[in-house]
Amino acid sequence: MADYPLTAEKIKQEFKRAGIRFVVALPDRVTSHYLLKGILADRDFHAVQVCKEDEGISICSGLYAAGHKSVFMMQYTGFLDSINAIRGVAVEGHFPVCMVVGLLGKEPDIAPTKSKKYGVKIIEPILDVMGIEHHLIERDGDVAQIAPVIEKAFASSSPTAILIGREPR
Amino acid sequence: MMKRDEMLKAFARQRKNEIVVAVYTAAQEITHIQPNDLNYTFVGAMGQGSSHALGLALGRPDKKVIVFDGDGSLLMNLGSLVTIANQAPKNYVHCLCENGCYETNGSVPTPRAGQIRFAELAKTAGYKKTYEIGDLDEWERKLPEILKDEGPVFVTLKVEPGEVYPENFPRLYNIEYREKFRQTLAKS
Repeated sequence: MADYPLTAEKIKQEFKRAGIRFVVALPDRVTSHYLLKGILADRDFHAVQVCKEDEGISICSGLYAAGHKSVFMMQYTGFLDSINAIRGVAVEGHFPVCMVVGLLGKEPDIAPTKSKKYGVKIIEPILDVMGIEHHLIERDGDVAQIAPVIEKAFASSSPTAILIGREPR
Repeated sequence: MMKRDEMLKAFARQRKNEIVVAVYTAAQEITHIQPNDLNYTFVGAMGQGSSHALGLALGRPDKKVIVFDGDGSLLMNLGSLVTIANQAPKNYVHCLCENGCYETNGSVPTPRAGQIRFAELAKTAGYKKTYEIGDLDEWERKLPEILKDEGPVFVTLKVEPGEVYPENFPRLYNIEYREKFRQTLAKS
């Protein structure tokens, strides 16, 4: 696995570096096999599995109000399905919801907006129009930006999106 | 059937230091009936009250969290019953104000209004204890037990509109109130 461009364990350790204990998740094909399963098996994390993605936006908000940092892992399809909760709770409500969004089907090393996959191509423009910062994580070298991104979201009480561009292994 | 504001007033008389999450009309009413810095009305989107409450309950297991949800709202987020039961927070009390309609949106009836046993759905999902309460006396009598029960607890409350309170949606989602809630909770 040493030559694989993106490592699940590095992302998991980066979550810990960011002070994350609660990981809210609905399995995403990009991240479920290595990253989410690794988190579920790690007792440093409290995983909250949800039935639908908009629940996760609100659970992270309730956790924030109770004094905790969390991340919410989902597939881009779930992001699209939760737009109203993201709009009303995270953006207009100024809750620092940190979304980790798997871009299923994105071609390696191709910018999401250049993807041939329609659902992937529209994600960054939607985030831009909603005023949500986003950051593409595609290689191990990108991972170190995750903790500062989470820190900034909580400091500014704003949502953020960490886009996972390929399967971490 | 109980008047919703009377039900909330009866609750307010027995409330100690619990967090209260309320949605829509119940949220408008609780801010008038019992202003309290631990009132959480910042749900932001319909159906989301039970999920905000789960985050609060998991984040503060030492504090009882009471959510006054609506039947139209819960129908939008039925999966949350399973998510909540799966986490099984002992401090979670899910009160459903069942009025059979979308009261804020013109009082149009909900699908299968009055024919769904929400407490049975909660029981099947895995809530530890469920109640169905149809009158004020019973609510006042059972409330001490409900507040002591190990959660998650689900309570169907058959309600109808009572006194009309002024609507103030900007207040419900106000960030300054939200920050005051956070600070108060952090100290309590």
